[in-house]
Amino acid sequence: MSLKLIAASTIAIASVATAASARDQVQVAGSSTVLPYAVIVAEAFGENFDFPTPVVESGGSSAGLKRFCEGVGENTIDIANASRAIRDREIAACAEAGVTDIIEVRIGYDGIVFASQIDGPAYTAFTPSDIFNALAPKVLVDGALVDNPHQQWADFNAELPAADILAFIPGTKHGTREVFEEKVVAAGCEATGAMQAMMDAGMSEDDAEDACLEVRTDGKSVDIDGDYTETLARIDANSNGIGVFGLSFYENNTDKLKVATMSGVVPSTESISTGEYPVSRPLYFYIKAAHIGVIPGLQEFASFFVADEIAGPFGPLAEYGLVSDPELSETQAKVAAASAM
Amino acid sequence: MTDATSGVGTSQPPRKASLLELDARTKKRNAAEARFRTYGLVAVCAGLVALVVLMGSIVNNGAGAFSQTFVTLQVELPADRLDKSGNRNPDEMRAVSTFGYSPLIAAAVVRSLEENGISIEGLSAKDAGGIISKEAPAQLRNFVLANPQTLDTTREFTFLANGRIDGYYKGRVTFASAEVDKNVSPAQLQLADALLEIGVLESKFNTLFFTAPDASGQRPEAAGLGVAIIGSLYMMLIVLALALPIGVAASIYLEEFAPKNRLTDLIEVNIANLAAVPSIVFGILGLAIFINFAGLPQSAPIVGGLVLTLMTLPTIIIATRASLKSVPPSIRQAALGIGASKMQSVFHHVLPLAAPGILTGTIIGLAQALGETAPLLLIGMVAFVREFPAGPPQGFFDPASALPVQVYNWTQRSDPAFVERASGAIIVLLVFLILMNAIAVLLRRRFERRW
Repeated sequence: MSLKLIAASTIAIASVATAASARDQVQVAGSSTVLPYAVIVAEAFGENFDFPTPVVESGGSSAGLKRFCEGVGENTIDIANASRAIRDREIAACAEAGVTDIIEVRIGYDGIVFASQIDGPAYTAFTPSDIFNALAPKVLVDGALVDNPHQQWADFNAELPAADILAFIPGTKHGTREVFEEKVVAAGCEATGAMQAMMDAGMSEDDAEDACLEVRTDGKSVDIDGDYTETLARIDANSNGIGVFGLSFYENNTDKLKVATMSGVVPSTESISTGEYPVSRPLYFYIKAAHIGVIPGLQEFASFFVADEIAGPFGPLAEYGLVSDPELSETQAKVAAASAM
Repeated sequence: MTDATSGVGTSQPPRKASLLELDARTKKRNAAEARFRTYGLVAVCAGLVALVVLMGSIVNNGAGAFSQTFVTLQVELPADRLDKSGNRNPDEMRAVSTFGYSPLIAAAVVRSLEENGISIEGLSAKDAGGIISKEAPAQLRNFVLANPQTLDTTREFTFLANGRIDGYYKGRVTFASAEVDKNVSPAQLQLADALLEIGVLESKFNTLFFTAPDASGQRPEAAGLGVAIIGSLYMMLIVLALALPIGVAASIYLEEFAPKNRLTDLIEVNIANLAAVPSIVFGILGLAIFINFAGLPQSAPIVGGLVLTLMTLPTIIIATRASLKSVPPSIRQAALGIGASKMQSVFHHVLPLAAPGILTGTIIGLAQALGETAPLLLIGMVAFVREFPAGPPQGFFDPASALPVQVYNWTQRSDPAFVERASGAIIVLLVFLILMNAIAVLLRRRFERRW
């Protein structure tokens, strides 16, 4: 019985292996922040074009770019999504593997918001200084740099509620963490004067900058390594907690979350596109130029992604929470020309 | 002991009058036994409670995925908007994208309201169209492109209702939550109620959940398990076609023919160890060997199937060897005694008797492979795949998803409607697993022989 099966299956495998043909769908991987947008575009692309729907994977910006830089050929991905710009190190790694022509496409901006349980304490207005005072390991109290003594928000800002400090922030593997550190924690560090105090105490500027990005480790600040759904679950369970979310996630869950203003600005697609709301970042995808013309539909998919009807201010991406790029027409021209960076 | 230490020595312990009367030590032993039984019972109960809570929450969350709200509308198909050149050529009509079709649906909702004399305060035409799924324009466009002669007529279509409207009838959305929800307004819920009253809107069993492909975060109502079920099926076919013959051949050789020496001992230990290797390791192996070295495509069931085959082989080999071992040596000796060759004795007598055990092991191995996500993560199968793979064998090389992968993907989406989808997918997966295990039990009951 088994001998026949072996023979049959070997023949089947051999015949199947020869039947394998060229890839005819676009392969995308990368940032989990860009993923929902890429999925929306892929779906609309499949509906409106004769090309098959692109396959979109998640995995994070760094992982996506790493796979992107593995080389040229059908077994490598065509597009990497990233919630940050590609690093020089990554460009070098790409070049080493033969991926030389990379087209950078900025699709728009993503806002990062602070939100809490809708019936929880009135966390309605924060400044970067508040976040720094609440979450930094060392803060400035009466002109002296001390280990963070604050237990409640009201301890350092009487306008904030007298509720225990508890923040759920993105873990270090997320691109969002970088933005949170640089645009909120570091900004607060400078604004409260803690950075100056560190430098006065003999730290070099670089060291002080690094020290400014640190977050207290006594359990008041919790790293979330999963996605926003995990942060939401934690917020649901802790009425005192505040969480860091992407704007689009918040907009899909406005019935459960209330958002806080940052330095007096309400986060919205408008306030982010004008640059008023301070905590935002550009989102990108990178195209492997060598695959254009080889993988059917790649050029069309990229053009469709940045078309006005998709990425424009009234397109489905904006509806989902993407802040559309005011300079979208330049990006469109760049993709149309498939100009390498 | 009390006698020795009391030192009085005058009073003997009273002799027991009856065996039915328990002495202190027996009572102690009985008490210990009773306690142990209670511990066991508590352990079983704790397990059962955990199972009930888990199943309860999954069924509670996921039951909604099996019914869905649909809206039936009369849609006008104006030729001047859908076929601008006017020659009914589908290739030219493709120029009108799905965005050109959505106003038609909004208009159809408004018309349906007017015809039935319903007016709702504060409801714009755009909001009225918003109660229909974003999947609807694509459905309409595909219909028109396939049937260009229907232009300038009015046709009846059944569309999916938007996920929030669907959620309203499943208790996920209320008027209070709609007040603060940017994706739905109370006026839209009123509209849905009005449509329900006149029978335009209704809830039905959701066959699309089993047949439709995945959908984006904007249309949870359209997301289904179609591609995932086919992907899982393809992988199981590959695992069955490869793991069963290889596993059985390896075990027969090791059990019946191989000499007992250091080398076979080493192989034996390695097979046992391989069964305990974390499954993600096989994913790394698959990426390195099947994709990077052999050049097989990413996200394809063929690679998934090969990786899961590697993972399932040890399970099958161990089960097969155990069932070969349990065939008594007298059977072999009798066969050899009447002149059968070694191979004849194995294939004519031992293997048929061991078959139920082998099948059970195989099915359990398959069930294990069916629920595996980790190795698929590395070979690109944890992805958004909307195209159905072609029929086998070509389809083995097309991108596909898998059932556990779909659960994982859906739990990461931001729209709350996907929680219900994910739980629904878990229920489907569990039903498959229970079916497979039931078949395994059934086969064992039916064909097993005790010696």
